[in-house]
Amino acid sequence: MILVIAEQQGGTLNRISLETIAAAQQTGSPVKVAVPGADVSAAAVVLAAAQVAEVLCVQAAALEAYTLDGYVAALAQVIENEKPDHVFLPHTYLTRDFAPALAVKLGVALVTDCVAVRWQDGALIAARPMFQGRLLADVATSGPALVSFQIGAVRADSLVNGDTPAPVRTVTVTIDSAAIRQKPEAPFREARQAVDLSQAERIVSVGRGIKEQDKIELARQLAAAMGAELGASRPICDAGWLPMDRQVGSSGQTVAPKLYLALGISGAIQHLVGMKGARTIVAINKDPEAPIFEVADYGIVGDLFDVVPAMLKELQG
Amino acid sequence: MKIAVCIKQVPARDWQPRVNDERTWVRDQDASFELNEADAYALEESLRLKEKHGGEVVVCSAGPPRVAQALREALARGADRAIHVEDDDLARGDAFAVAEALASAMRDEQFDLVLTGLQSDDQGFAQTGVVLAATLGIASATIIMEVDVQPGAVRVKRELEGGWFQFVTLPLPAVLTIQSGINQLRYATLKGIMAAKKKEIRKVSPAGPVASRQRIVSLYVPEKKKHTEMIGGSAAEAAKELVRRLRDEARVIT
Repeated sequence: MILVIAEQQGGTLNRISLETIAAAQQTGSPVKVAVPGADVSAAAVVLAAAQVAEVLCVQAAALEAYTLDGYVAALAQVIENEKPDHVFLPHTYLTRDFAPALAVKLGVALVTDCVAVRWQDGALIAARPMFQGRLLADVATSGPALVSFQIGAVRADSLVNGDTPAPVRTVTVTIDSAAIRQKPEAPFREARQAVDLSQAERIVSVGRGIKEQDKIELARQLAAAMGAELGASRPICDAGWLPMDRQVGSSGQTVAPKLYLALGISGAIQHLVGMKGARTIVAINKDPEAPIFEVADYGIVGDLFDVVPAMLKELQG
Repeated sequence: MKIAVCIKQVPARDWQPRVNDERTWVRDQDASFELNEADAYALEESLRLKEKHGGEVVVCSAGPPRVAQALREALARGADRAIHVEDDDLARGDAFAVAEALASAMRDEQFDLVLTGLQSDDQGFAQTGVVLAATLGIASATIIMEVDVQPGAVRVKRELEGGWFQFVTLPLPAVLTIQSGINQLRYATLKGIMAAKKKEIRKVSPAGPVASRQRIVSLYVPEKKKHTEMIGGSAAEAAKELVRRLRDEARVIT
């Protein structure tokens, strides 16, 4: 049996939880889903529509606000009771915070950021990217493991629904609130974003290959000539060359424009997650083996400082 | 305030990894190595905390002898001393092996705060910091964009997804995994490089054999799922052809 840990906020399930259930279904094993929180009844109804053996509501007042200690205490009890062969989780920022500590508590491996799983000789083999996505590794563990899935690795629409809703059971967990060391405050957003890239029809995005802050002007000219917004990968915003609201990726904005033109962006997973929903993707990069070419519709291997001025000439001519 | 910063030495970003004959690891004999980027931000943050609160910054790393070079660089940027858990197998170890090696060397030091990057550029487990905290039995928080040390506690700004943030307060000692971009990096000065030569790098052996919980059974280049039209020719020819295709084929520009 595979136990999926679903993630909800304020009663709303996140989409990647459904992707993770779909991944579990594809293994052919029976699937159960556990959803932690203070009131998870609404999320449980959605989860019960999926073809799963059971939905477990891991409800406790101490789980209302996320804390690492609270989640580890609750989920360790559920996993020790249910004894699943493996536990699947979405590779979200929340999972990244608590899953390693849960793995230590359970004494099992944690295989993160997986893109696919399969059985081989009775053992679960998980494929995960390494070296910035340039290579994939098939990874085996010797026993039960926690396995987290990259966003978009499995399509949520491949989820198989049941003919009738799955049974829902509330499980009681004991959490000592006084032992929770993290004192969280309410989540907040920074000042309103000046640019909403999620609505842009075209985006010209720059990465490390731009080399110098002054050279961003070249990308800005290309964006203007194409009627596009200017975007960037994380290192450009980290360096302060463009404001954070221009950042595309898992920690920035998720975009789905008609055209996404990536200049000097190698295509680290965190960036690809934010832009691979674009209809047409163009990559211009000096490195023919850059992972960005894996998702591009059109690619030019070349120096952007040669190609972009030529494109400007073409567009303006 | 006694701060540890855990760093990893990783192959340089522009190095193209090639798989070895057994398909279990990369042929890194010809690689050049550098300080893992997220760890560089953790180092910078630890130096800033020391400048504000006083104390000591001890840089820790687990890996083969080459790792001493990364430690020396951290010392040149301003760390006070270094601990190197030296073992060849740790280059391939998983987060549990590395965290166990670091924990055994750090346990007696009684650090108030431990910083590390949130993820490495090579294996990218994104778990070593949290595993280290759990192994040491201290609190942790991840993906940190701001660190405010208070008496007996630390208040941090965590990055959540989609532009959301959250403040969390933890008791000290604690482990924090630092997000890149938290600060602006400094580089070593000539004076720093000279001073680093006199600083201590204490070599220790791992407490036991390297015990990884996960094993690479096959390493390979990802199969292309999408058909990419590669456009060749000179820059001018490629640019002309690309613009034509974006206009006529994809119809995404006018």
